[in-house]
Amino acid sequence: MTSLGDAPIVLTEGTHPFLERFDPKFLAAASANAREMRFETDEYVFREGERAQRFFLILEGKVGLEIEAADRPRLTVQTIGPGEVMGWAWLVHPYHWPVAARALKPTRAIALDTFVLHRYFKLHPDVGYRFVLRLMPVIAKRLDDTRVQLADIHA
Amino acid sequence: MREFAAELATGTGDPGPYAPFPHRVISRTKETADTTTLVLAPIGGGKGARFSPGQFNMLYAFGVGEAAISMSGDPSEEGTLVHTVRAVGNVSTALSRLKPGDVVGVRGPYGKGWPVDQMRGKDVVVMAGGLGLAPLRPVIYELYSHREDYGRVEIIYGSRSPTELLYYDEIQSWRTRTDTRFQVTVDSADRNWYGDVGVVTQRVPDARFDPARTIALMCGPEIMMKLSAQALEARGIAPSDIWLSMERNMKCAIAQCGHCQFGPYFICRDGPVLPYARIRRFLAVREV
Amino acid sequence: MSSVHRSIGDRLVLERSDFPMLLEGLRSRGYVTLGPVVRDGAIVYGPISRVEDLPIGWTDRQEAGSYRLEQRHDQALFGYTVGPHSWKKYLFPAHERLWTAERSPEGFHVLPRSEREPRYAFLGVRACELAAIRIQDRVFDGAFKDPGYHQRRSEALRIAVQCTQAGNTCFCASMGTGPRVDADHDLALTEILTGSAHYFLVDVGSERGAELATDLPLRPATEADVRAVDDLLEKTSASMGRTMNAVGLRDLLLGRPEHSRWTEVGKRCLTCTNCTLACPTCFCSTTEEVPDLDADRVERWRRWDSCFTLGFTHQGRASVRTSASSRYRQWLTHKLASWHDQFGTSGCVGCGRCITWCPVGIDITEEVAALRKEEPVAVPAGGAR
Repeated sequence: MTSLGDAPIVLTEGTHPFLERFDPKFLAAASANAREMRFETDEYVFREGERAQRFFLILEGKVGLEIEAADRPRLTVQTIGPGEVMGWAWLVHPYHWPVAARALKPTRAIALDTFVLHRYFKLHPDVGYRFVLRLMPVIAKRLDDTRVQLADIHA
Repeated sequence: MREFAAELATGTGDPGPYAPFPHRVISRTKETADTTTLVLAPIGGGKGARFSPGQFNMLYAFGVGEAAISMSGDPSEEGTLVHTVRAVGNVSTALSRLKPGDVVGVRGPYGKGWPVDQMRGKDVVVMAGGLGLAPLRPVIYELYSHREDYGRVEIIYGSRSPTELLYYDEIQSWRTRTDTRFQVTVDSADRNWYGDVGVVTQRVPDARFDPARTIALMCGPEIMMKLSAQALEARGIAPSDIWLSMERNMKCAIAQCGHCQFGPYFICRDGPVLPYARIRRFLAVREV
Repeated sequence: MSSVHRSIGDRLVLERSDFPMLLEGLRSRGYVTLGPVVRDGAIVYGPISRVEDLPIGWTDRQEAGSYRLEQRHDQALFGYTVGPHSWKKYLFPAHERLWTAERSPEGFHVLPRSEREPRYAFLGVRACELAAIRIQDRVFDGAFKDPGYHQRRSEALRIAVQCTQAGNTCFCASMGTGPRVDADHDLALTEILTGSAHYFLVDVGSERGAELATDLPLRPATEADVRAVDDLLEKTSASMGRTMNAVGLRDLLLGRPEHSRWTEVGKRCLTCTNCTLACPTCFCSTTEEVPDLDADRVERWRRWDSCFTLGFTHQGRASVRTSASSRYRQWLTHKLASWHDQFGTSGCVGCGRCITWCPVGIDITEEVAALRKEEPVAVPAGGAR
């Protein structure tokens, strides 16, 4: 992963909307190996097939999710911006990114180390459960949005 | 029936309400692969009919037929009519092929447009899906040219892809205005697109407006408007303040052919712009 | 014959033997007289030049999906109810040219309208049919005037005939449109046959009717004549083959778009469009472009259309109403409910044509009764999104 200005960080509830109302003990644990990362325009955050070992909290900028399409150049199918989160492939076997993520403008994000998260959730399943409950609506919303896109609502 | 005065004796020469008036195509702009914008002027000069943003005309291609096409020009500009046509059927395909100098028939304007009077002094949210931007463009001109008459203005325009964006250069210049946010989102894009990808409804949660004093206008496929109206209602805008431009098959435009009925409404006469509060119950039913 | 001044409201008697003079009076005034004739096993409307053109001694027997002509035991001229035709075929023809345009150096121009509309005299207009004409007036003669309709309508003379018998599919009494003729007639006739007597009570309804009556051999009606008419109309009213409860129907139907009856009737409905063609108020139309061979001259025609066709709601790349149930729902809801919003009246006059001429016998009164039945509210089972 090529990124500029990686810096260690201490997570608090105010760091990102996704972290609001999480237990400070969990936030302290999740801070281990957490990095603030910066991506220049066109720089890849990850590519499809790579091992998924980070969970991204977007602070600034814009990231496009990109797929390979038949008989066409690569397609951007979704953009993710400040206050949103990105990447749950680390929770889904075989833990590889199914899409690529490319910065569409200078982007700042916090990357959590998902080994740290997995380890913490094994010891504290109640926190893991709350985390998944927090993530589930994001996944459901993105599935809904994809369905709406299929409905060709911009015809 | 004593009220039947004999003001129309036999063979008066009155061509009746169905006759089109010939207009000449002044210019033609290809917007996308299947969509064309025509600028028309009445033959023999004259100012042409004034219209309210949101109204439509029946355009007639000689020897082919008529189609209902919304007004897309600046309502303050006299003497010309601007129409954006997507080639879908016989008539719209024939209209799309017209070249400068060709003649096209026009009758109208018809219908009730956007609630411009109610919008003054309020925040305005404009949501457009695809070709739905065309009937909204006159009201966007109004918003930009009398910007001080309105509060915050949020324009959200969704397109299938960057190549299907209408009025590309104009949007670019509108987007430079700092007093108005004009967001564009597409369903998918190639790597040259650095804008947003996603659906218009995703842009609603962080749109800036005061729901208690906001008028929302929208036009696009019915499903787009249903979802957008729901999203705006979730943000607290009253259904009576959300206005939709509806579309139905239309033949006569004067509430006589029956085609454009939607619930109790004739889209040609009672619409095309109708408040969500009045039509939501019919939007919720399949095949109305 | 010396002419006598007649006035609106006069009640007079015309002997059957003098009936030809009425036809002569119409002819001499330049009217094209149209009325009931027997054709193809039905009583339809067509040109009338002599009394013998009328369906003398015929009656009709109607049921849902069935229509039969039968011989009467008398020589009544108007001893039937209504057939598949209505006067809309003359006022709002099934096919009508709207305009003609020609190619010109300037592109094209629309030619001035040159149609000379005939002056019709409608003979045998029933009360429900006068109501139907009133309803179509609101469509074609409102804010936008259809010039052809307006011209034909304002010229047409209406000689009504009050119904002295009701058909099995009739329900005008429920809709408040008949059987008594009380407005919009120039003359209203009531045919009376008792023993050897055969005559018509004539009500004068307009100045034109009064003028027409001036040279007819009429005698003032007696109280007994008037009573005979009242008795006949009362009997007709009481013998309607169908009834429909029209109270509150607008709100009820607009409020029940998901009633299971729509699905049920959609399984029977063939979407054949018969009901809309036979209906005297249905007004839907489409337009077609008719170019000549070298496309230098184009005619624009309007023809009857029906909300039962798939193409009726075609838009973009698909139609809105694809199922039979949605089309039946549109028709019935429009006719009985949204018509009130659009035109301030019901679109149904209770003539029963849609019942008789439905090939599968769908009965509008039965459908309304079924739709009136509340359905248990379905409670969603699970918490599925």
